[in-house]
Amino acid sequence: MLRYVTQRLLMMIPTLLGVAILVFLMLRMMGGDPVEVMLRGEGANVSQDVIEAERVRLGLDQPIPVQFAKWLGGMMTGDFGFSMWTGKPVAQEIASRLPLSLQVAVMATILAVLIAIPLGTLSALYKDSWIDHLVRVISIAGLAVPSFWLGMVIILTLLTVFHWHPPVLFTPFFENPRENLSQLIWPALAVGYRYSAVATRMMRSTLLEVLQEDYIRTARAKGVFERLVVIRHGLRNALLPVVTVVGLEFAFLIGGLVVTEQVFNLNGIGKLFVEAVSRSDFTMVQSLVLLVASFFIIINFVIDLLYAWLDPRIRYR
Amino acid sequence: MRFRYAALAITLAAMTSPALAQTPKSGGTLNFAVSAEPPNYDCHAQSSFAFIHPVRPHYSTLLKFDGPNYPKVTGDLAESWTVAPDGLTFTFNLRKNVKFHDGSAFTSEDIRATYDRLRNPPEGVRSLRVESYRDITSIETPDAHTVVFKLSKPNASMLSNFASPWDCVYSAAKLKEDPKFPERNILGTGPFTFVEHQAGSHWVGRKFADYFEPGKPYLDEYRAVFMRGAAMVNALSAGQVLAEFRGHSPADRDRLVQALGDRAVVLESPWACSLVVSFNTTKKPFDDARVRRALSLAVDRWAGAEALQKIALVRHVGGVLRPGYELATDEADLLKLPGFSRDIKASREEARRLLKEAGVEKLSFKLTNRNVAMPYTPVGVFLIDQWRQIGLTVEHEQLETRLYMAAQQRGNPTYDAALDFNCDFMDEPNLALMKYVSADRSALNYSGHTDRKLDALYDQQSGELDKGKRKAIVQEFEKHLLEESYVIPTIWWHRIIVLHKELKGWDMTPSHYVGQDLTNVWLDR
Repeated sequence: MLRYVTQRLLMMIPTLLGVAILVFLMLRMMGGDPVEVMLRGEGANVSQDVIEAERVRLGLDQPIPVQFAKWLGGMMTGDFGFSMWTGKPVAQEIASRLPLSLQVAVMATILAVLIAIPLGTLSALYKDSWIDHLVRVISIAGLAVPSFWLGMVIILTLLTVFHWHPPVLFTPFFENPRENLSQLIWPALAVGYRYSAVATRMMRSTLLEVLQEDYIRTARAKGVFERLVVIRHGLRNALLPVVTVVGLEFAFLIGGLVVTEQVFNLNGIGKLFVEAVSRSDFTMVQSLVLLVASFFIIINFVIDLLYAWLDPRIRYR
Repeated sequence: MRFRYAALAITLAAMTSPALAQTPKSGGTLNFAVSAEPPNYDCHAQSSFAFIHPVRPHYSTLLKFDGPNYPKVTGDLAESWTVAPDGLTFTFNLRKNVKFHDGSAFTSEDIRATYDRLRNPPEGVRSLRVESYRDITSIETPDAHTVVFKLSKPNASMLSNFASPWDCVYSAAKLKEDPKFPERNILGTGPFTFVEHQAGSHWVGRKFADYFEPGKPYLDEYRAVFMRGAAMVNALSAGQVLAEFRGHSPADRDRLVQALGDRAVVLESPWACSLVVSFNTTKKPFDDARVRRALSLAVDRWAGAEALQKIALVRHVGGVLRPGYELATDEADLLKLPGFSRDIKASREEARRLLKEAGVEKLSFKLTNRNVAMPYTPVGVFLIDQWRQIGLTVEHEQLETRLYMAAQQRGNPTYDAALDFNCDFMDEPNLALMKYVSADRSALNYSGHTDRKLDALYDQQSGELDKGKRKAIVQEFEKHLLEESYVIPTIWWHRIIVLHKELKGWDMTPSHYVGQDLTNVWLDR
């Protein structure tokens, strides 16, 4: 097990390096000059001397391999560099937004799991009954409706029916839980619904499959209570693919709430991502891509460990 | 139905906008929205409203625009001033009871240090206003409360320049310690002190107890919340923010009026911003004046303004200066200029003739545009339709700002025609005409043309202190420009602001950069 964990950890290094090279080169190949955007994007009459001086200040006058080496060297020592747009440390900019994105992701995940596991199980257990049909309608609607659209509907409903709008500024949970939840529960609902739909369908189909297995039939033949058959033998095995879906969706939510964050005006990683791209803030985009890639890799790793815990066959392989 | 609501609100605006007629009340926090965020804190290096709206209340300037009487200027740190008859010396008498937010006294040295930094920034410091103050040869401070600016030649824009909202007055002592001090610190003499800036979220300022105008500011605090699009309109509808001071689209205005009912106050004004089409004069066939003029002649600006004002924040037909501005060409004269005739049939006939003469009757090209919906997309679509009506094929290429600017790269522009904007903090021709002078003199010239006649007329109007004569020179400039059509004005913007009724003391102007120090703003609660 220790060897497996070490191998997986070591594999992260070339993956992240590959991501770093790709994102660095792609940003430079896409064309456009961040200094032009920053200084002339708003129509200011800025001389070429000022533009050149700014390029030198940001190190953009140096050859691309030198720029890459400097950036990578910094990353390896924990220095993410400075935002080309604000001049503030990238780590500081990300750190101020990460708690919000993490909280929305955690809340959406909890909601999704709380909805998906019971609904998916019920749907599988009562296959082709009205319960199954209802759950399938709910989950297909969840897949069909984009989260940002649902978010807009939620906001407009709150505004027109209840004449109320969630707070526009983020309050940390431990400072004022009520204020915090009254802002974040709505995006968590909007995102969590779609997320739960994916997980519900996965839960239903895998449980249906598992319930056809020989060991389930054997357990039933031995007279094991149906509840125990489902929970101990069925659910535990059916959870494997659901864990994968939940994990990957969680990683996606860290940087992928781009439109939902705009709808709810959330100051999270997704909004920062969009702003960084539109401003051609290279250092910020590079760091954010690496951050999200790291999340995906780490969560994949954790999922694999969970697999091993849930399924002894994997552990002993 | 929507427009009935709008009409009601505009009537309300007429009844309530002279806010100063009421006795202002002190106290309260004003929450307002800003649809972008300032990158750093240095006024001298910024050019966006996103900076002005949250940051301007911390600072004072030498002069400022008199909101209700724009473009007239009034004193801010200057109590009074005189301009020598030859226009070469400006003497300012400064207020005596002014303090910076750290308690230090304000003197003429602070003005000198500020303007020296603006016109001749030390190494590592960025000033976007070097051009504006190029004519200043010296700044003298005969005593602690007098400052004298000497110019090398008369400059008709100079007095208005001193009211620039970007020219925040900094502490000479702090600049001496570190010329980059303002990039990361806020220290001004303005009505509000700095409290916090939560990146991506909000900016907070608090009433400065020692502000030099007794009894002001009225607000205890202000909070600028960074939000945009539908989220901003929702927050305005719910009263969580009371205003957004840049401008709304007609659709957002109607939605807000419907949501707020009699709590909405709608203010509208012509906007000192225009959309122009730049032709890449370094590329065939746009190096041919006949082709460019034909493309200008094909555009029915009058019908376009009438139709587009319903869906976009554009409304006014004008030349190189904002319609209604004192130096702008009157409508009667404008109609005689190429591309401004109301007889669009005749104009298009002439356009077809010119294209035939140039040998490009069936011209196909790309219109490069910003990937920004309002007002770029509707105006871009409108222009393409206009050109289609003379048999041309035009592709609409909407790009992110980065790629849009790359297409217009100096030395290697790849675009054919580009929809661009021309917008500054005031209407003064020295700023508004800079886009049209030769590429080797203006960083705003993306068409790549060189026209020494335009340059000479620009210089001539800049040095002309007589308004009548200056207007005549500007008109000659405009006529020559439209004949050559390197860059052609299309339709001018229209500024729409929806305020909550309780927000008082804010004056609408044609510029979204001025009148944002919040000194006179108060809440009627």
